[in-house]
Order: sequence, then C-alpha cells, then structure tokens
Amino acid sequence: MKQHLILHVIAKIMIPFIMVFALYVQFHGDYGPGGGFQAGVIFGAGFILYGIVFGKEATMKIVPPPLVYTTAALGVLLYTGVGVAGMFLGGEFLNYSVLSADPVAGQHLGILLIEFGVGMTVASVMVILFLSFADYRQPDSQDTD
Amino acid sequence: MNAIELVVNFTLLGFLLVTALHISQTNRLFRAVMLFGIYSLLTASLFVSLDAVDVAFTEAAVGTCIATILMLSALSLTGSRKEVRYRRKNAAFAVCVSIALGVALAIGIMDMPQFADPNAPANLHVAPYYLQDSYSEIGIPNVVTSVLASYRGYDTLGEVVVIFTAGIGVIALLTGRSSKPKD
Amino acid sequence: MESLGIVNYWIVIALMMIGLYIVISANNLIKKIIGLNIFQSSVFILYISIGKVGGGTAPILLKEPTVYSNPLPHVLILTAIVVGVATTALGLALIVRIRSAFGTIDDQDVQQDIERN
Repeated sequence: MKQHLILHVIAKIMIPFIMVFALYVQFHGDYGPGGGFQAGVIFGAGFILYGIVFGKEATMKIVPPPLVYTTAALGVLLYTGVGVAGMFLGGEFLNYSVLSADPVAGQHLGILLIEFGVGMTVASVMVILFLSFADYRQPDSQDTD
Repeated sequence: MNAIELVVNFTLLGFLLVTALHISQTNRLFRAVMLFGIYSLLTASLFVSLDAVDVAFTEAAVGTCIATILMLSALSLTGSRKEVRYRRKNAAFAVCVSIALGVALAIGIMDMPQFADPNAPANLHVAPYYLQDSYSEIGIPNVVTSVLASYRGYDTLGEVVVIFTAGIGVIALLTGRSSKPKD
Repeated sequence: MESLGIVNYWIVIALMMIGLYIVISANNLIKKIIGLNIFQSSVFILYISIGKVGGGTAPILLKEPTVYSNPLPHVLILTAIVVGVATTALGLALIVRIRSAFGTIDDQDVQQDIERN
C-alpha cells in the first residue's frame, strides 16, 4: 500500500472524523443509538484503517502493543472498579445509585463510566486482534511484506 | 405494521437467503469472505427495519469491517489460493443433518406467536417495566443503554471479560512466534 | 396475512440450515468459520424478530406516548455480536497456527497427518 497516494490522502482526511464520530457515539449513547460497544468498534476501525494503509510498523509506533494491552485491561478494571466503588459506598456490586447523592444522577454517572470502560476494552481488543494477525509470519513464508 | 415495512423486511430476508446460498455453493474462499461482508451489511439493514438501531450499528461496524478484515488476514496468512473442495459423502451427510435440524425447528416454529404481535409473551414480561419505569429510575432516554449498563450490568461485565479473554487468547496464539519453531 | 406472520422464522430456519450445511460439508476450516457466522447471525435475526412490535419504533424514549419495540432482545444481541467477532478471531488465530503446524487448513488432511504420526 506504500504507493497508493489517493488512499494515503483520503485515509488521513477520514481517520480524524472516524475517531470523533466514535467519541460522539460513546458519549451520546445515553440519548441516541450508541454506547461503549459500538464506539469501541468504530474507534478500533479507525486504527485498523490506518494499519491497512500505512503498514503495521507505523501503526505500532502510534499504538505500541504494551500500551494497547494496558488499556484493554484498564477498561475491565474501570468497569469492576465502578462496581466495587458502589459496594464501598454502601450499595450492592454494580449498584450505581449510591455513587451520587441523587440516585438518578448516580445511575447516570455509573453508566457513563462503565460505558467508557467497555469502549476502552473493545477498542483495544479490536486493535490487538488486527495487530496480532498483521504481525504474524508463517514459518515457511518467503515474502517480507 | 404497514405494507412498506413488510416489503422492506421480506426483500432484505430474500437477499440474505440468496447471499447465504451463494456462500454455501461457491468454492472460492475470497469470494465467500467478501459475500460474508455483504451478508453482514444486509443483516444490519434488516435490524434497522426491525427497530433495533443499536444492534444494526454494532453489526454494521463489526460484521462488515472487523470480521471481514480478520478473515481476509487469516486468508492471506494461510495462503489458501486453492479452491475449496467438497467431498460427496460429507455433503450428503451434511444435507441429511441440516434437513433434520430444519424439520425439528419447523415443528417448534408452529407455536410461535405471529410476527410483530404486541401481545406475544416475549413482549409482556419485563419489557413494559423497562419502557415505563427506566426513565424515572435511570434518567436516560435510550432504554437499550439503561438495560445494558444498569439493569443487566452483570451480563455486560461478563461479556466484556469474554472479549478481553479472547484478546488474550489471540495474543497468546499469534504473538512472539514469528521465528521458525525448532522441531 | 396469517401465513405471512411467521415468514421471518421460516427464513431464520433456512439460514440456520445453510450455516450448518457449510460447517459440516466444507473441508476448509475458514469456510467452516464463515458457516458458523451465518448460523450465529440466524439466531440474531430470530431474537430481533421476536422483539419487533407492530407499529412500534426504536426504544429511545420520546416525550409523547409512543409504541416501542422490545429493548431486551436488542441488549442481548448487541453484546452477542461483539463477543461473536472476538471468538471468531480466536478461531481464525487457531486456524493460522494449524496452518503453521501442518501446512494445510483442510480438516481431513490434518486428520490424516495426525494419524500418520
């Protein structure tokens, strides 16, 4: 893909919009269609488009695998953390009502946080899947790219 | 359910059937994978016509983008340029098992409530409670989000852990093995 | 209209049969994964069809009283789709490793190779 000028230019224009759209889907998911799962997949798709057009070395410079592994784990941790925080504040596991003085505001805050955790894990796992497949070399393969 | 919705619904279902039949008949893997991308997009359109906008969103992003790309990478990694072969004995057995499954399901489907029936048992259990009370309890208009994140928070936690585990599995299988194994 | 009432379910059955047929009859492991995905999506269509309410709209609450479709199947299938792609990726990764170990992704060739050794 190194020689395709049109793909490079269009991808560079499109990727910021894909990312912003993913953030919109993430944080507007309470009011319209959307949420952590969809946003995570769209965010991951932005990186995958970058990876397809600019090659895996360039992608690994932007999202180094150790960083993606960490964010994947952090997403699950944020989700469980919100659940445990509810327990410490006197509610049940994953009861968001106790997170704030007003139960409805607490629910809203809890949903925002756990959807963010979901989005983080899903986006990271999608990037991990793509990078793992792109990085693998068959033992008998001759080609270098 | 008005006529135009039904027409859209049945047209998309017909397209799905044709695409699936073509996937089952083609013996080129690349063609099967690309048709699977089309199949996912058709499924997403069908979900929009069945009012499941959140699901359609996910299916469009996951099925057409990620799943197709992963299958294409697997295709290039396994270098399967050869055509898929079918063995006659295998195919006859497969037809028998599929027809048995179809008959069993057809017997079960006879008792299903009519499509889009508001009084079907599935629509009378907890769904009215979610639709009536979720706004006063959770305070957000998208019922799917409030059920996903709050009422069924345990489910979603489990699903996120499954996704995380699948990611770990793929890392374990594919990373750090690029050198030739000594055997 | 009575007979039209369960056409969705008939087509779900047909898709499921096609998926199962591909899984059993194809010898190529990637083709089997595609078959599994068709099988899986037929289940998704079944759930979403059950949740449809005639004259309803998407379950995003509006000010005026409206009929909504059932949100519960949407929640179940939404997460199932993302989990489905993660497990598909795991299956494909296994296939890639099988190709490394045996040099083929034909299930019967792999079987013969195991029996020979």
